[in-house]
Amino acid sequence: MNIYSVAYKNLLRKKTRTALTAAGIALSAWVLATLLGFNRGYETGLNRDIDNMGFQVLLTAKGCPYEAATLMLKGGTGLRYMEEAVVRTVTSNPEVEGVTRMLMQGVFDPNKGENGAIAAYLGVDALTYPKMKGYLEFKQGAWFTDNNAYEAVMGYEAAELEQREIGDKLLIPGLNAELKVVGILKRSGTQDDGTIFLPISAVQKIFSKQGKLTGLGIKVKKGADMTAFENKLYDLPDVQVVSMAQVKSTIMNLVTSAKVIVFAIAFIAVIIAMAGVINTILMSVMERYGEIGILKSMGAMPLDIFKMIWAETAILCSLGGLAGIALSLATAKAAEAAVRHFLPFTPNGEMIAINTGIAAGAFGGIVIGGLLSGIYPAWRAARVRPLEAIRSEGD
Amino acid sequence: MNTVLSARDLKKIYHRGSEAVHAVDGISLEAAPGEMTAIIGPSGSGKTTLLNILGCLDNPSEGALSVGGDEIFGGKKELSEKKLTGIRRRNFGYIFQKFYLIPTLTVLENIMLPSVFYRNCDICKTPQEVLKQLGIENRAGHLPSELSGGEMQRVAIARALINAPRILLADEPTGNLDSKRADEIKDILRALAAGGITVIMVTHNLDLAKAADRIIEIRDGKIV
Repeated sequence: MNIYSVAYKNLLRKKTRTALTAAGIALSAWVLATLLGFNRGYETGLNRDIDNMGFQVLLTAKGCPYEAATLMLKGGTGLRYMEEAVVRTVTSNPEVEGVTRMLMQGVFDPNKGENGAIAAYLGVDALTYPKMKGYLEFKQGAWFTDNNAYEAVMGYEAAELEQREIGDKLLIPGLNAELKVVGILKRSGTQDDGTIFLPISAVQKIFSKQGKLTGLGIKVKKGADMTAFENKLYDLPDVQVVSMAQVKSTIMNLVTSAKVIVFAIAFIAVIIAMAGVINTILMSVMERYGEIGILKSMGAMPLDIFKMIWAETAILCSLGGLAGIALSLATAKAAEAAVRHFLPFTPNGEMIAINTGIAAGAFGGIVIGGLLSGIYPAWRAARVRPLEAIRSEGD
Repeated sequence: MNTVLSARDLKKIYHRGSEAVHAVDGISLEAAPGEMTAIIGPSGSGKTTLLNILGCLDNPSEGALSVGGDEIFGGKKELSEKKLTGIRRRNFGYIFQKFYLIPTLTVLENIMLPSVFYRNCDICKTPQEVLKQLGIENRAGHLPSELSGGEMQRVAIARALINAPRILLADEPTGNLDSKRADEIKDILRALAAGGITVIMVTHNLDLAKAADRIIEIRDGKIV
């Protein structure tokens, strides 16, 4: 028998109170681990989405770079057009390994959803785009090989939504253009899952945008001086240079702002748990005032009593913390579904990513918070004078 | 006389407003090893205050106290709470009217409790020894709630004996017991004294007091 086993058994005296306090701590640990996991998952997902673009620089017609970022990430309709002649200028640079032309178009589809919605089509180069998007795999079929073919490749979710398989027809609303589905992609965990890809020349013809592009993806050679290359692109007239590094940095700045709010909420959760712990342990000390006096009359030093009460706090917080971490792991999927429902934009892939480091960090935070909150009750108990305690019990 | 405890002219004065209350007023006494002393007197006469001072749970306002030859009170320097705890741990066992057993610990664990705080004790007894001595070895695994009042007081006595104290201080040890259980406790205390432990008890139970080697009656803080 030691101080820790005595402390553990002390907690069993008022089982309901101990359980309720542990539940409060568990709830705080759950909030802390889930928020930290969300922070990590969101950041990782966003990074992955941007890295999976397949090119390092995107050229668009002059406009707002944030709108260009939206175009890339959300598949919205094109904003302005640039002349296709820019392709030759860009490819003449020695830093360029390859380029891929893109033309995003959208039409209102009254049959989409309850009230209709925009159907987006991304015209891509049949030869260069698949090479840059090497991570894309097909569930059925393959890429179109002719830029003039009236064919379509559908992302996994787009095909699910439209309920299409290869060989099915796809009609562009209002334009009387009929396309044949030749490929359906496997789920990639990127925005490509929701995209309908068409051959670029066919899109230019269907939407009467010959010689126009909304974007030009540029893959830069390894070891090339990115800054120097971007500076060269800035000199081009009427185009906007969007570097993926810039996009990432801008979005990450926004994410950092959101982090402050997330950590503030997590901090409040820990403070609430600490208040619960102080209340419970202090009440327990007051109830055992006489008994603590007796322990001191038996030879317990103030430090022994401090350690015993502190150990009670540590055990309570450890049990609550472990339960909270287990709960956060068990409910991560449900919490992710809820977050996806409420947030306007969420990256693909696992969004609440609780790893060992986060679990350990949340557990450590809760236990340290608990131990800090246990200092005052333990100090009060250690200061009990045996005679006063025994007298108070006798009264 | 070979003494284990010696008190000289002990005084304890409380202040109630401007009035000074002499709870203990110039008491001197000595106790020998194996001697059983009963302190009796009406409520408020100062019995418990005296017992607390003798047990180093309270400081006297004046006077001197030595235990086993060591001067505790009355010297030039007041002892710290830590030193007093050490003295209590090595010399005294306490029994109270309320048993103060921890309800979630078994009988064995309650008895072992002092040894949790007094780890390097060479003279301490084993829990089995004291369980047998008090005749409660068959109750070792039971919780206090499963015991009778007499058994609970036996456990409290066993807990007080685990550190092998020289002096056992008992404040109304039979106050919560019926006459049959009180007789059992009386026999135990008598046996402990016969075994060499100095027993000093405060009691209203005259039958128990008569079992002592010496009865000290106190009124208004003085021995009468």
